[in-house]
Amino acid sequence: MNSLTRRRLLWGLPLGITVLAGGGFAKMLSSLRKGKFDPHKIDLPNLNKTIPNFTLEAVSSPYKNFNSSILKQQTKPVLINFFASWCLPCISEMPILKQLASQLSIWGIAYKDKINMIDLFLKHHGNPYQFLGQDNQGNIGIDWGISGIPENFLIIPGGIIRWHYAKPLDYTAISSLLSLVR
Amino acid sequence: MISNFLSPELGHFTLALACCLAGAQFILPLLGNQKNDFHLMNLAAPLAWGHFFSLMIAFVCLIIAALNDDFSVQNILQNSATDKPLLYKITGIWGNHEGSILLWSFILSFFGILFSSFSHRLSFSLRTKIIAILGGCATGFEIFCLITSNPFLRIWPAPMEGQGMNPLLQDPGLAFHPPILYTGYVGFSVPFAFAVAGLMEKNIDSAWGCWLRPWVILAWIFLTAGITIGSWWSYYVLGWGGYWFWDPVENAALIPWLTGTALLHSTLIVEKREALKTWTVFLSIITFSLALCGTFLVRSGILNSVHAFASDPTRGIFILVLLIIICGGALVLFAWQAPLLPFTALFAPFSREGSIILNNILFCSLATIIFVGTLYPSVLQMINGQTISVGKPFFDKTFVPPALITIFFMAFAPWLAFKKTSLKKLIQPLSFMGIITLVIIIISFIYLHRFLPALATGLAFWVIMGALTDFSSKLSLFKTSFKNNFHRMKNLSLSFYATYIAHIGVAVILLGIIGMAYSQQKIVEVPIGTTLHLAGYEWTLEAVQNHKGPNYLATEAILKINYHHKTICWMFPARHFFPRQQQVITNVAIHTNLIADLYAVLGDSKNINDTSPTYILKLHYNPLAPWIWIGGFIMILGGFLTLIDLYNHKIIKQNSKQNMEQPL
Repeated sequence: MNSLTRRRLLWGLPLGITVLAGGGFAKMLSSLRKGKFDPHKIDLPNLNKTIPNFTLEAVSSPYKNFNSSILKQQTKPVLINFFASWCLPCISEMPILKQLASQLSIWGIAYKDKINMIDLFLKHHGNPYQFLGQDNQGNIGIDWGISGIPENFLIIPGGIIRWHYAKPLDYTAISSLLSLVR
Repeated sequence: MISNFLSPELGHFTLALACCLAGAQFILPLLGNQKNDFHLMNLAAPLAWGHFFSLMIAFVCLIIAALNDDFSVQNILQNSATDKPLLYKITGIWGNHEGSILLWSFILSFFGILFSSFSHRLSFSLRTKIIAILGGCATGFEIFCLITSNPFLRIWPAPMEGQGMNPLLQDPGLAFHPPILYTGYVGFSVPFAFAVAGLMEKNIDSAWGCWLRPWVILAWIFLTAGITIGSWWSYYVLGWGGYWFWDPVENAALIPWLTGTALLHSTLIVEKREALKTWTVFLSIITFSLALCGTFLVRSGILNSVHAFASDPTRGIFILVLLIIICGGALVLFAWQAPLLPFTALFAPFSREGSIILNNILFCSLATIIFVGTLYPSVLQMINGQTISVGKPFFDKTFVPPALITIFFMAFAPWLAFKKTSLKKLIQPLSFMGIITLVIIIISFIYLHRFLPALATGLAFWVIMGALTDFSSKLSLFKTSFKNNFHRMKNLSLSFYATYIAHIGVAVILLGIIGMAYSQQKIVEVPIGTTLHLAGYEWTLEAVQNHKGPNYLATEAILKINYHHKTICWMFPARHFFPRQQQVITNVAIHTNLIADLYAVLGDSKNINDTSPTYILKLHYNPLAPWIWIGGFIMILGGFLTLIDLYNHKIIKQNSKQNMEQPL
């Protein structure tokens, strides 16, 4: 192989990469059309599986902390609600959560928050939670697969994630949730 | 009467005509070049003009249809309404996919005539080829416009009222930022055409580099302006209090900006030293390709973004084919012809050339990091169906260190001379600057309590000092008489100032970013009359009132801001409800004194019918926030000065017609 051919092959590398990328994009587009590939999808690998093991940091005295083993031992369904005091949609979700609290036990996980802020938040907006822990580093949120705040999970006895809602709760979500609980 | 003549049908026709003319602009001059037919080659410029005029008529027809509320045109029906304010009826034309592609083609044709008007002294065959290649790119986009995204399609029977525009777009910042950004993207088609034409000619020399530079700078100015205004828009319209979100669309603009900045620097070496030719050609091709690639990714719906254009995989396939033809074709030519280019001049590693190679390596690494971070989630989902999101933490960890290294070298790289520089001369000023920078880092660490912001503050001052040091040495400050200093200052080339102004712009942006890292915020739910304290200011919610806008209902809060018990301003954050779209838009209130921004957002209200309604307020104190955009505009100023300098030199060169010697 003479030096010109060698250099042409070398200089052709960008072309090769472009063709490869083009092929990849074409595959993405064709599966986008067939509905196999949806970049807007938020999926939850844990759905219908057992919850990940976790221990939460306690908030402060009136609030009872919990962990994965307590959650697994429950005999009634529990709604796990990820929230934060810095999150505006969480405020709008609060009235619905308080109404729901009479029919279903709701446990809260405060995500990347400060203890005094959580306390102020719950004093101001009311406390729908039976148990409350905090995920300071956000690592537990990653294990659960959350993509934002607030996010809700229904845990049925045995610690299995039965239902998942990645938006602030609304009345349509509540009705589908309650039908599952019954 | 004239508006009857300029009907959508005429627009449709002139768009088709423009497409044919663009095709002719592509084929005929190249054919003439092949056959050595002077007359055919001479057709390039007139065809470019014809192409431009037909597209202009098409564009005017669409504007008139929008002004007349012609809802029989599908595009107007879907994006306009009778009660939309006049300005947004015009700007709304490029707020949707079809119109924006028409605008894109129009700007491309405009660059065709701009180039043909300013290139009479360029070698005839190179000039003809460049115009032809611009025509070729335009043909592709106009076919795309006609087949898959025609803005002139009619709908029958015509409804009485349109569906209205996305209220987020009803804003002056967004009205003007897409055309500026597109001008930047499309502007890089000229360097692309230079690269392809240069490869066809097998002749890349210093004249090629000299003629290429102003076009790179022009495109770079517009791209910088587009990104700056876009960032400002997201700051004051979205109401999230941030200026950059690593959103795929933002990244799609930043990637060509980074490679474009690398290109901006490497063309200098081609012009002055005839080195780095192959690399510069490659960068020209890749910058335009990345600009196209960004558009493709956004419009096809592959990337998940807040800039949700009505994405459509069919259009995606068309753009992909276009992309492969344009980029793939150029890269085939590159692989075949680039090895034939003669070997370039030699230089020592420690020289201006060496520093620009380092600059290019760093900028291309930054572009690669963003490219990977943006596409990785889609590729992973494609391969194993896993959904992940790559966001701020990834970019903070990977983008910031090389960016800071770039800024470190930026301070003294322009000091280096061509060919070879002796290190000895630099040691004294550099160690002096280094000591001051260390002191600044220590002082800012005491105030800021975090290492990275303190380091970045030091670097910002390091860059500014680098500029001042070189300036004083060029003036021989303190070494000769004051008169002599002044004389030297007058004789300094404009491009010298341009470099340092642009680099100081980067330092100012960096300071703004550091300031934003220390912003304070508060989210509260309060009744009327409450006073809140944030960052030493007293924010009082005085009243909330409702009024009616042209196509929305507004709820406006009146905030009184006191500082040390003295009222300094009133702020009016509002929420606009657009009944047609059933959508609420927050209207952020910003008060700035250029050192810091006070930033207020009005959220939801509760118990409206009650005696004591409460309102959610989000208050921010953003120190140095305006500097981010001021810095952007300082960089643009630097770009303009270089452009003026290049233009003056061209005129001087033409008059004296002699050597290539240019002061740096």
